Amino acid sequence: MVKKEPLHPHQRDLEDTPFTHYQIMTTAITELLFQKNIFSPDDLRAQLEAIDRKGPADGARLIARAWVDPDFKERMKTSVNSAATELGLDPGNIPILAVENTPELHNVIVCTLCSCYPRMLIGLPPDWYKSRSYRARVVREPRTVLKEFGTEISDKVEIRVHDSTADLRYMVIPMKPDCTESMDESALAKLVTRDTMIGVTLAKVPD
Amino acid sequence: MLASYPPGHIRTPFFVRGKSGIVHDILGMYRNPENLAYGRVDADNKYLLRVLFKQKDLWQSYNGSGHDSIILDLYEHWLESSGIHI
Repeated sequence: MVKKEPLHPHQRDLEDTPFTHYQIMTTAITELLFQKNIFSPDDLRAQLEAIDRKGPADGARLIARAWVDPDFKERMKTSVNSAATELGLDPGNIPILAVENTPELHNVIVCTLCSCYPRMLIGLPPDWYKSRSYRARVVREPRTVLKEFGTEISDKVEIRVHDSTADLRYMVIPMKPDCTESMDESALAKLVTRDTMIGVTLAKVPD
Repeated sequence: MLASYPPGHIRTPFFVRGKSGIVHDILGMYRNPENLAYGRVDADNKYLLRVLFKQKDLWQSYNGSGHDSIILDLYEHWLESSGIHI
């Protein structure tokens, strides 16, 4: 009898590969911290849940306030952290710098070395932000990358990429779209997406 | 920027080493990550600067506008003065 080949070849799970050195070290240290009662599995889970719950809403709220209150925008450009605290938000301990788009300047954020990102205000970074492709390409062909996001920036406008290589995190203050004069802050915040605050898209235009 | 290639935990990307840029602003002092990464609790403080490079000075085949730029956060010991003050 002829052995029948399965229709779908067996695909190895990622977990089929042996643990790496750092996976073993991470697990070992976690277990030690539990055993020494430095924190509990519940503490760890609560922390992971808190990180997962973060999204772009807080960042969008800050931008909307900056759009309607020029003094607030200036304070935000000096220190995002203290501006966020003013609104009762928790920006974390890492200093965050806001870079403002103007008719002459469009800002884009990347971390070419890893995945630095203002997580406390805009949530976990998307997978593409951490990909080698985005990190390598946005610094050397930003206009091509932006086009792939559907964002065309005039050649008259300077594109400035900010590479968060060190101790700061960055977020973009986009330009306020036209025809939004009658909108209140909460409606304006809905025009600001995660990608807008990374700088790969512009703020949404109201319907 | 120094064209230097030491081993270790280095935060200065290869693509700016040996290139010329302009100090855009000074962020203050931060602990040197090259030492902090190895658990040296007495890691030294270094000035952290935002340095602006013109894209066309970094990539020969840059396909965007001549105005386009990139800013990186770089530690003082990676900079050497060009002698030009703007």
